[in-house]
Amino acid sequence: MRETTLTVNGKTHTVDVDPATPLLYVLRNDLGLRGPRFGCGLAQCGTCTVLMDGRPIRSCILPVSRTRGEITTLEGLPEDGKLHPVQQAWIDEQVPQCGFCQNGQILTAAAMLDTNSNPSDEEIRRGMSPILCRCMTYFRIQSAVKRAAAAMAETEVDR
Amino acid sequence: MSGGRDVNAIDRALGRWEGTASRRDFLKSSGLFVFGLSALGAAAEGLAAQPAADGPYPDPDFLQLDSWLVVHEDGSATFYVGKTDGGQGTGTATRQMMCDELDIAFDRATVVMGRTDLTVDQGGSGGSDAIERDAMVGRHIAAEARRVLLEMASERFGVPVEELRVSEGVISLLSDPSRTVTYGELIGGRRFDVALTGANINQTAGVASIKPVQDLKLVGQSIPRYDIPAKVDGSFEWAVDVNLPGMVHARNVRPPFAGATLTGVDESSVSGMPGFLRLVREGNYVAVVCEREEQAIEAAEGLAVTWEKPATAPFPASYDLFDYLRSAEPEPNQGGRWAAEVEGDPDAALASAATVVEAAYDVPFQGHTAIGPAHALADPSDGQMTIYTNDMKPYSHRTGIAEFLGMPPERVRVIWMEGPQLYGRTAADDAGFEAAYLAKELGRPVRVQWMRHEETAWDTKGPAFAIDLRGGLDADGNLVALDYQGRIANYAHVGYNQARTVLIAQLMGLRPERPAPGGAGGPDAMYHVPNRREETRAVRLPLVFETPLRTGNLRDPNGPQITFAAESFVDELAAAADADPVEFRLRLLRRATDDDEIFRRARSIAVVEAAAKAYGWDARPSPARVGSGRLLTGRGIAYAYRARTTVAVIAEVEVDRETGEVRVPRMVCAHDCGLVINPDGLENTIQGNLLHGISRTLYEEVRFDTEKVTSIDWRSHPTLTHRDAPERIDVVVVNGDPNPDRPDLRPYGAGEPSHKPVPAAIANAVHDATGVRMRRLPLRPERVLAELQAAGI
Repeated sequence: MRETTLTVNGKTHTVDVDPATPLLYVLRNDLGLRGPRFGCGLAQCGTCTVLMDGRPIRSCILPVSRTRGEITTLEGLPEDGKLHPVQQAWIDEQVPQCGFCQNGQILTAAAMLDTNSNPSDEEIRRGMSPILCRCMTYFRIQSAVKRAAAAMAETEVDR
Repeated sequence: MSGGRDVNAIDRALGRWEGTASRRDFLKSSGLFVFGLSALGAAAEGLAAQPAADGPYPDPDFLQLDSWLVVHEDGSATFYVGKTDGGQGTGTATRQMMCDELDIAFDRATVVMGRTDLTVDQGGSGGSDAIERDAMVGRHIAAEARRVLLEMASERFGVPVEELRVSEGVISLLSDPSRTVTYGELIGGRRFDVALTGANINQTAGVASIKPVQDLKLVGQSIPRYDIPAKVDGSFEWAVDVNLPGMVHARNVRPPFAGATLTGVDESSVSGMPGFLRLVREGNYVAVVCEREEQAIEAAEGLAVTWEKPATAPFPASYDLFDYLRSAEPEPNQGGRWAAEVEGDPDAALASAATVVEAAYDVPFQGHTAIGPAHALADPSDGQMTIYTNDMKPYSHRTGIAEFLGMPPERVRVIWMEGPQLYGRTAADDAGFEAAYLAKELGRPVRVQWMRHEETAWDTKGPAFAIDLRGGLDADGNLVALDYQGRIANYAHVGYNQARTVLIAQLMGLRPERPAPGGAGGPDAMYHVPNRREETRAVRLPLVFETPLRTGNLRDPNGPQITFAAESFVDELAAAADADPVEFRLRLLRRATDDDEIFRRARSIAVVEAAAKAYGWDARPSPARVGSGRLLTGRGIAYAYRARTTVAVIAEVEVDRETGEVRVPRMVCAHDCGLVINPDGLENTIQGNLLHGISRTLYEEVRFDTEKVTSIDWRSHPTLTHRDAPERIDVVVVNGDPNPDRPDLRPYGAGEPSHKPVPAAIANAVHDATGVRMRRLPLRPERVLAELQAAGI
């Protein structure tokens, strides 16, 4: 056990755990966050995705001691109490079925749109393909990514 | 509060009421029984129906209106539904239907689902029946509540009911609309005390009639699902999220070989690990319990344990499976719903047919491979046992666990919460049994979660099939005889939460008195074939219990397998008759002249025609002329029915002749499930069914050698990804009822039917594109390429 300090959703936390503990268990069991969930523990499915300095990572294999910078989970995605445009698009398109994987889908889409504000269909398919969904909501996810991109472009113009 | 549940809040509230008064006392008394707990959200409101001193968690009585529906003082309502929502939005749809009958706005009601202590036993989920059957009961209940409320208002105003009107929970006088009374004023917080009738829960009703379809306002609207916002903002509380004070974590240690016997465990290999609490061993069941989750994972991996392989191989290797299924002596057919069906004289008709077509089809075991592995939390506090689980059948989970632990059922309650899909996997959820067993052993709350390799290797499997078909055509190309002979590997099917069929029980050496004998029905299309035989017999693999190849229900159980063979074969017959596949099917459907009480024949014809029209189907025999480019394109159709719903699917494929890869860029699904409750929810459900079907058609296969399952993760048991999803899906909602505006039009099941025809539609499209007939699932590239090369394509 060793004290580790990490910044999650804008707050600093110190936890006393084995430094090899995957970040996922710290987020869920120590910080009480529900967004990232265990799917495979092998970095194959993306259900455990969180953002580290804006980039999607698999929290199920990242030792907590190797956490750097700012961690953002699904709960931390809204700004000023307003849902992120990707989250809003997920509601507008009524994407989820069971919803268990959607944490990874939403965060990956948000990170993708952060670096590519107007992805092509092929870029969406490629960018999202590492995140698996066993209810197979892929069709609606891809529509929602496009909707979010359009909404974000509109906001950009308004500014 | 959003759609998520706060279990801690529920527990705090429970603390207030446990042991204070019994449910029976509530029913006897005439006082308030709904407490001011609405701030705690939907589930907490259900505490109205809380525990009894002399039997802590008695069954809510389905013959009491109060067990189903409560109107609160503010006029809002809570519906108690004994179902579970697997993500298809059945909770939202049920709420729409009940609000419509009760005459309140959608956002004035909440739904509590699948809590054995609070909701009547409607069996949980299964069979695509949530809307078709159970929500129809809900409509009757809500209609009865509305009737009683109108009578109360009638008494209050001193006018007959006919002189009243209701709008969104407010009753007013027709003669003087300014005189009103609300539902909340009439009954808020008090019980109806109205008895219902019904020989069983599925026939429960009151005196009131349900409304004609034309009077329904919420039914038919695409109302957004109430659970989605919380699933999107991270606040939703899943079964995996429940965290109780004093809770500890367990992980299982599975045999490395199927049928292995545990010969030794060295506890000292883990006892010094941080957080280690307990090693639990009973027979071949082994688990470690630690303070923290990652500690339990490490201890399970580090435990020194020795196993002895069984004397005989537990099963043939997966590449030998179909030879085994065909050559083994099958179990005797058990009759009943799986009896052989014979009409006419198929052997004589085949002997005299102008053309005889024969084909053999193979479908491997396929896993559920849920996106999150099995998990549950069990709390043994106060001599009771509470299980937080995503088991889709919480009621049998409760009775199964009670029997397994030797506890009276009324001291066990199961709180269903959402989890990663269901689709049959959680009809016999192993983790709940394991958590309950360990919680009882340790005397504190224990959370169990399986690891990925464990889930993919050991979850329940959709059974493998080997199916042989013969068909006879007369000189005019009419189908005169059909002989369907199936072999299914579902001997000792796991069933539904029976105490001796779950994995932990079997590893402990507990056995059911006799294994489920297995079997299956045949293809049940509405085609008219004058001479027909359909028979399926189960084949027993050497290892019956403790096997990773135990079978359970997998979405539309057996349907995709049977229909892959049957509807591929219809295309083979159409090709032999030089007929267009759509026209050939319509001919088979139209040849019958009688229909059943739900017009299945007419509705079958309607969906086949609608799918062809929506696709822009050009009538011609398959295959098309094989193209000269690298990508070969084709289209295929398949038709099916299930849960009274008729469905036709057309798949368009691209086959890469150099790699053997199959892609499905477009699908059309024509779907007649009668009355549609929520069109957008239906579309989402159908899209999921179609894509799940593509995944099972192209990728999914359980692989094993003669010792163990070797497909254990997403690499070795792949699934459809974003890159493989169709670019276009057209869902065509059909109402093929001869009287489509009938006021008593019913909803039929939609959770699974559109899954059924997908493999056949894709295989038929591959044949159309290439002239090659793929008779074995999945259509993995190497398999397709080998067939293309053999055919010189």
